[in-house]
Amino acid sequence: MVNHNSPGAEPVGRLIEEFDKLPGIGPKMAQRLAYHLVRMPEESARSLADALIAVKERIVLCSICYNITEQDPCRICSDPARDQSRICVVEEALDVMALERTGVFRGLFHVLHGAISPMNGIYPGDLKIEPLLARLRDGVVQEVVLATNPNMEGDATSMYIHNLLAPTGIRVTRPASGLPVGGDLEYADEVTLGRAMESRQDL
Amino acid sequence: MAARKTYRTRGIVLRHLPIGEADRIVTIFTPEFGKIRAVARGVRRTRSKLSGHLEPLTYVATSLAHGRTLDVISEAQTVRSFRGLREDLALMSKAVYLAELADAFLAEQEASRELFGLLSDCLAALESSAEPSRMLPWFEVRMLRLSGFGPELHECVECRLTLEPGDYVYSSDLGGVVCDGCRAVSSGQVLPLSLGANKVLRYYSGRDLAGALDLAVPSHVSLEVSRVLRSYIRHVLERELKSVEFMDLVAE
Repeated sequence: MVNHNSPGAEPVGRLIEEFDKLPGIGPKMAQRLAYHLVRMPEESARSLADALIAVKERIVLCSICYNITEQDPCRICSDPARDQSRICVVEEALDVMALERTGVFRGLFHVLHGAISPMNGIYPGDLKIEPLLARLRDGVVQEVVLATNPNMEGDATSMYIHNLLAPTGIRVTRPASGLPVGGDLEYADEVTLGRAMESRQDL
Repeated sequence: MAARKTYRTRGIVLRHLPIGEADRIVTIFTPEFGKIRAVARGVRRTRSKLSGHLEPLTYVATSLAHGRTLDVISEAQTVRSFRGLREDLALMSKAVYLAELADAFLAEQEASRELFGLLSDCLAALESSAEPSRMLPWFEVRMLRLSGFGPELHECVECRLTLEPGDYVYSSDLGGVVCDGCRAVSSGQVLPLSLGANKVLRYYSGRDLAGALDLAVPSHVSLEVSRVLRSYIRHVLERELKSVEFMDLVAE
């Protein structure tokens, strides 16, 4: 990578380069962050550095659900109060956090670490699908919720897993697709609106 | 600062790629301007009013603002969703293959109404349950022809003599059939091309979609035809299309 921020000392340039690699941070933002850190008290800077190291040293993937965790198995997998008969399948660890915030689902999770994307060369073999199938073999799980994103990649992934699970007789569900809270009906695309109308509920 | 100039156009979303926090770069194939790559801001948020209209394989009417590097999508409204293609895995994999093929053969900002018509007709046919094994090879042949890579099927690509009816071989390097006499001296990889398969390829070259869908092809011939076409397409594009592997994996 080119060092496009020549003025200033070399360590600052390195820092800018590192920030620039992060998602959602452009070259300008990277400069601002770097110069902010330079002016920061040493104590705060050390605390940030420690947090960075801790993430890399202490965070691992849960050997059961592949969520990110400090302890293996993770907090959810080792909680006996969780409903062991339901597994919710998601694309990323962040999706687990989003679903946990709802407090609606009390079962277990499984993180695929991606979604099938034929055009971008991401195939089923690149995801944690095989470990999911292994979790279902002992017959405890009665329902698999396919909570992949409601876009083409997520749909492809859930259809693919659904096909794999069809012979097992396990109930396979997908979160309803419909109108977002706080949204305007007129802006809804026809697939969303169509699905919302099809799965309408009695009041 | 002067107001940014905006323009409207319609097209089919070929693909999208996440960028930044919640944005995507969307590739739209339009008959007017060819392939456009534009930024769709905030579309990965659930409440975005654009997102559902900009999923791959959607035929969409858009309003765009000229940007410094990429144009920015300000409005999007579905013209046709091709929902049937998105809710069946085998169909989706084939539709994605068509889109990737169109994307690969089309240079940026190169208008091609014919190619656009080809893609939209084929997506529509696929959705209304046209037999994919009859449609895909026709699409491939038409795509090759429209891009100037039409396979030579009537004369030997080495000696240029008109071919007598018979079984020959197909050379991807040379883009056509090689006769028996030239086969020994011709370099490069060749694949067998029977008389039956050659006739099917010739038929596809000259017919419209309805004609292609009417033709019943025995499965061994159909296999031969698609093997030759895929090898030739790989040669022309100098790479393997990514969606091929998935299409084969989920084929019924």
